[in-house]
Amino acid sequence: MYAQMIKAAGTGVKSREEMTDQERVFQDKIDADIKIEPRDWMPDDYRATLIRQIGQHAHSEIVGQLPEGNWITRAPTLERKAILLAKVQDEAGHGLYLYCAAETLGVSRDEITEMLLDGRMKYSSIFNYPTLNWADIGAVGWLVDGAAIMNQVPLQRTSYGPYSRAMIRICKEESFHQRQGYDAIRKMAEGTPEQRKMAQDALNRFWYPSLMMFGPSDKESVHSAQSMAWKIKINTNDELRQKFVDQTVPQAEYLGLTIPDPELKWNEQRGHYDFSEPDWSEFFDVIKGNGPCNVDRLADRNKAWDDGKWVRDGLLAHAEKRKARKSAAAKVAAE
Amino acid sequence: MTREDAFLQFLLRMGDNTLILGHRVSEWCGHAPVLEEDIALANTALDLIGQTQMWLGLAGEIEGAKSADDLAFLRDAWDFRNVLLVEVPNGDFGRTLMRQFLFDAWHSIMLGRLMTSSDERVAAIAEKASKEVSYHLERSGDTVVGLGDGTEESHARMQEALDYLWPYVGEMFAGDAVDAEMAAAGIAPDPAGLREEYDALVGRVLGEATLTIPESRFAHKGGRDGRMHTEHLGHLLTSMQWLQRAYPGASW
Amino acid sequence: MKNEWPLWEIFIRGQHGMSHRHVGSLHAPDAEMAIKNARDVYTRRNEGVSIWVVEAKHISATAPGDKGPLFEPSESKIYRHPTFFDIPDEVGAM
Repeated sequence: MYAQMIKAAGTGVKSREEMTDQERVFQDKIDADIKIEPRDWMPDDYRATLIRQIGQHAHSEIVGQLPEGNWITRAPTLERKAILLAKVQDEAGHGLYLYCAAETLGVSRDEITEMLLDGRMKYSSIFNYPTLNWADIGAVGWLVDGAAIMNQVPLQRTSYGPYSRAMIRICKEESFHQRQGYDAIRKMAEGTPEQRKMAQDALNRFWYPSLMMFGPSDKESVHSAQSMAWKIKINTNDELRQKFVDQTVPQAEYLGLTIPDPELKWNEQRGHYDFSEPDWSEFFDVIKGNGPCNVDRLADRNKAWDDGKWVRDGLLAHAEKRKARKSAAAKVAAE
Repeated sequence: MTREDAFLQFLLRMGDNTLILGHRVSEWCGHAPVLEEDIALANTALDLIGQTQMWLGLAGEIEGAKSADDLAFLRDAWDFRNVLLVEVPNGDFGRTLMRQFLFDAWHSIMLGRLMTSSDERVAAIAEKASKEVSYHLERSGDTVVGLGDGTEESHARMQEALDYLWPYVGEMFAGDAVDAEMAAAGIAPDPAGLREEYDALVGRVLGEATLTIPESRFAHKGGRDGRMHTEHLGHLLTSMQWLQRAYPGASW
Repeated sequence: MKNEWPLWEIFIRGQHGMSHRHVGSLHAPDAEMAIKNARDVYTRRNEGVSIWVVEAKHISATAPGDKGPLFEPSESKIYRHPTFFDIPDEVGAM
């Protein structure tokens, strides 16, 4: 779940009586699962909320390249290196698709990028945690991508056409990410004692941050209610978190790894696992910029952007020169 | 030197070039000037890693029961046979793309010749790799032209990159006993014989890029025979080989 | 100064596709680079054999409000569809 705590713009869900005629037509379309397309009328709050959500999602993909990119040059085999590189490359691609979806709402990629770089927009808290041993690469694929997929699969049905199409493409490509992660950590869980230790260490550090990816409980949130009425959010955070825990526990058991939660146990009555909540004060610290890697991650992105300016300008200048030369040549030919 | 010794050296030269350059290019992941370039660079790196698996895979067979991974992760710097050009640090994006272009130009000509190698395995690898490398060359060539003939700043940076890298070009064409043996066997061409075509290609693109090729033909050497690598290679290997070295015998 | 690369719409014809399909967009300084970028971004999984690129600002589109007049008239012309006609079984495939 790469979009956390998106505050829907506006004051919450309006009743039909409070809606204008245009708003009613709009809401009817959403209720009938008719996609909203870029040139359709939409409430300003819907547009603003979507830009926040798609933007945060895109930024998460881009910043998300960094913790895994951290291990590309140290991957232990040629095959692992290729797999990891292809995966991190996919994330760049996913960021690109999402920025394009945001552009259809009237915000250019450069504008929205600058909002990330100067801290006006956020990205998922998870990418502010470090990757410290090779098993972290497995854990990120298994847990982080696993959590992300949980959110992204329903979002394929989201009401905004370009966002929905981007999510469909992303989900199709994403399916290998979680599998490669599980495969990598499994190799270690079944390996030497040191490798096992790395795998357990990775799970210890990534378990609670993964649970935080779904965001705090939003059962009572008016913002979530609005986003759900607009179908840009499909499930509550708690539903998805529970689903994630239920899915992940048996996978950890298969690996013989221990989930770092003494309270974790199967609840026959509920038909779900009971589990401990993550430390939400830590979550809010990370969101505020005090996670282990916030400063470094943003500095990295800023440096790449600043260092790249002469390249972007140079290639554009060349394209313009060529265009000018072509039209000059065409003029001469015409005379 | 037996023919088999020479063949092994030849394969290591091909495979180490792609291994080290692929590694360097992969260092960009997540840091390129624009997303489209980030994705394109990763494609280039992935192609090079794939080619490494083929060249070093064959080298490992010849050497006897070694895998491409054994060769990549368990040799020390003096055993590496890549040209110095591919191990120099990335520098800015301009230097990375200039290095890529100078290498791609040689690589594409070389692979073209290897497609008619008397050794079928070599010809098959060259056939697959040459398709990938034609695209690399097209892309790096266009970028060098675009940045050379872009803004004043981009032009200056590309000229600086060319001046820095040019002394590393000559090594790709410096033949030795290994090459003579390979040429005699019809397995690979004499590298000196590729220079004319290379100069024509590189001259045309750099001309279009409004860049000036340095006059000096001085060439640093020592990579392809392993006699004297740059100081940079050791650092690259330190990260690349770390896990395999720290946990010997583990499988990943 | 705003110096953003223009936006391009990308159309790709797949291995077995009959026509080019819109697959998404990207940024590039010119058409040549847009094609190369499209190759790198949108055919990573062997998706295409041919690429078209069009600068986004050159695309003209129907306005959403025209949906009725433009498309609804064809809904009533059901005789354009083969299933409208009853063909006796005896005459065989048609």
